[in-house]
Amino acid sequence: MVAHLVRLRLLMLGNSLRRSVWQIIGLVVALLYGSSIFLAVLTGLTYLGRRDVELATTIVVFVGSLVALAWWFLPLVAFGVDGTLDPHRLAVYGIRRRDLLLGIALSGVVGIPGLVTLLASVGIALVWVRSPAAFLAALVCAPLAIATCVVGSRATTTLLAPLRVSRRFREVAGIVVFLPVIALVPALSWASEQLDTDRLTVTQLGQIVGWLPFGAVWSVPGTVAEGRPAEALARFVVALLVLAALVVLWSWSLERQVSAPARGGQHGGRSRGLGLLGLVPASPAWGVVARCLTYWVRDPRYASSLAVVPLLPFLLGFLDRGGGTVLLCLAPLTAFLLGWIISADVAYDHSAFWLHVTTGVSGRADRVGRAGAAVLIGLPVTTVLAVGSAAYTGRWEDLPALLGLTLAVLLCALGLSSVVSARFVYPVPRPGDGPFATPQGSAVASLVTQGIGWLVLLLLVLPTLVLAVVSVVTQTPSTGWWALLIGIVSGAGSLLLGVRMGGRIYDARAPELMQRVLANR
Amino acid sequence: MTGALEEPATARRASPPPLAALSLRGLYKRFGATVAVDGISLDVPAGSCYGVVGPNGAGKTTMLSMATGLLRPDAGTAAVSGADVWSDPVAAKSVMGVLPDGVGVFDRLTGAQLVTYAGLLRGMDRATVAGRTRDLLAALDLTDARDALVVDYSAGMTKKVSLAAALIHAPRLLVLDEPFESVDPLSTSRIRQILADYVGSGGTVIVSSHVMDLVQRMCDHVAVVAGGRLLAAGTVEEVRAGSTLEERFVELVGDRRQAEDLAWLRTS
Repeated sequence: MVAHLVRLRLLMLGNSLRRSVWQIIGLVVALLYGSSIFLAVLTGLTYLGRRDVELATTIVVFVGSLVALAWWFLPLVAFGVDGTLDPHRLAVYGIRRRDLLLGIALSGVVGIPGLVTLLASVGIALVWVRSPAAFLAALVCAPLAIATCVVGSRATTTLLAPLRVSRRFREVAGIVVFLPVIALVPALSWASEQLDTDRLTVTQLGQIVGWLPFGAVWSVPGTVAEGRPAEALARFVVALLVLAALVVLWSWSLERQVSAPARGGQHGGRSRGLGLLGLVPASPAWGVVARCLTYWVRDPRYASSLAVVPLLPFLLGFLDRGGGTVLLCLAPLTAFLLGWIISADVAYDHSAFWLHVTTGVSGRADRVGRAGAAVLIGLPVTTVLAVGSAAYTGRWEDLPALLGLTLAVLLCALGLSSVVSARFVYPVPRPGDGPFATPQGSAVASLVTQGIGWLVLLLLVLPTLVLAVVSVVTQTPSTGWWALLIGIVSGAGSLLLGVRMGGRIYDARAPELMQRVLANR
Repeated sequence: MTGALEEPATARRASPPPLAALSLRGLYKRFGATVAVDGISLDVPAGSCYGVVGPNGAGKTTMLSMATGLLRPDAGTAAVSGADVWSDPVAAKSVMGVLPDGVGVFDRLTGAQLVTYAGLLRGMDRATVAGRTRDLLAALDLTDARDALVVDYSAGMTKKVSLAAALIHAPRLLVLDEPFESVDPLSTSRIRQILADYVGSGGTVIVSSHVMDLVQRMCDHVAVVAGGRLLAAGTVEEVRAGSTLEERFVELVGDRRQAEDLAWLRTS
């Protein structure tokens, strides 16, 4: 039975590669790239292991801990990483639990991440070639490390599986985990400053991490090499206990999950009344505006792009090394994000788009509604950010140029998006998926479409951009006012033209658009 | 394609009414090498309840998609009360209500919002939309769920709310693709009653289904489609010719898969 499960996994791996030649080429390139990096790191570590055992230990512990943590928690966010041997799907076959555990654990190693981790943990033994005892310890610890990674990943996913079934959690988890990742950048720089001031040495930190559940197994060989066998044994015992605890936890949650049938989240969202749809004037275009605004808030695929906006100031502020020039990019960057997202509006609708086609909504109403919703959100947000960044950096004299560029970017992007989304459908996460789910379909086509779109956008914005940059660099406010004027005129012109052209394309091609969306599943 | 415009005998014999609610002429569509709809001509008389039956993959959905403006035909025309769906879409679509099969809906809206949205897209005024939304949700037994997001609805409830969205503008013609799939028996009989009233007051309904029994009971006309062709069309009495619709259907379509003898499945 265990062999069956592993073979099933191998078969699925092979089939996923067979789907497209490009996938294989991508895999080969990734493998070459990864293994060359791995070899370089290994060579460096081997050299270090000879010169500075302490530092080598610390690095191995840090990297190993990161790998283990990635195994444990990444699958919770990046959904579909390995749902292939979902216990739920196997539940009907009545497999003994011991076989099920062993089979799923072993098949977890089969697959790109598993194989890479396996190679890495065995390869690390080379670092300790000079000390036979440590080398032996490393070889013993390698399978333990792999097991900790794989079983840990199974334990967390199985434990949280009941939550993951609920739509709300699935959608929110992606965003919630994404936020700390952005916040991590400043945090790491803070930590490195602390380390620089010698309040905590890196070696000491490594020592501490080496006792933690995810680090213990990686610290054993190093401790042996440093000549502290008793401590090494203690760390080894910790590692064993961690694995045992993970197995028990997994087994328990698997039992619980298999005995309880899968079901969707019952606690659905409710909202009283009609919301915006009850407030707007009764017309097709306003109806589309209200529906789109509702989606901007309720659909995680739109909401996640809005959620990133408040984080951008911090990220840019961190990148900014005095002067505030980088911070001034905040508003135009946000304008681009918000303006470009509706270029995939019809793709985001997915097959629900039939309602627009069968009701015979005019292309003008459809385009005006979609762009209108984005204007209603984008205009206040970007204006506030533009004024805010001018106030924060104290560079009021640059405000006209900044506003001009922001408006030009927002309105031109919206106009262009109105044309693009009426003509092209590129793959996006489907309704109900998390915002970071990998869309189905060719990434190349999507990149080409978007790339050409960005080039056209750059051309549209170019006059305003030149004026704004000249104004900021030469500190001539009069040029800034020109940038504002040109920005508003070119932006409004692009938007009007884009909506009109998009509407005409929509009227001619709405059924074809519908079929393209349908083919995209 | 020489056979594309060949009309089945039954369709030719039935004299077309002065103004058919829906009139298909030589509809033809191919996807790559597969001909999905191979020249279908059909007249749906106003005030009838017209069933379209056929095995899976017969081309029912493709045919109805071309009739409702969702899929452009390679050849042939479709007209609703004389207005061509493809050359005069605004006029044709304004009198037609559509419930497609196998597509999503704007499920981040609540049930009431979705029906209201359909009304606004139709360009109706606020008071009419509000009143009809309330009536439709009540008639389809969705009043309790009006403020829940459609994404949390069951499959049957989603069908019902889509039907409400198709009815909001009081269309003269309703095109329903598999409206009873995954709908519970209670809701099915409720929907049938609503459709019967609608037909009684002069509306026209086209229903595709592969539940013969249901079609025989609720429809007065029926068309049998298989392999992208129209095998028979007319009143239910004409088509079934004495036997039940199901027997006649099997006879027409031909049970190509001779039931293999699953002797080992017998438990005794």
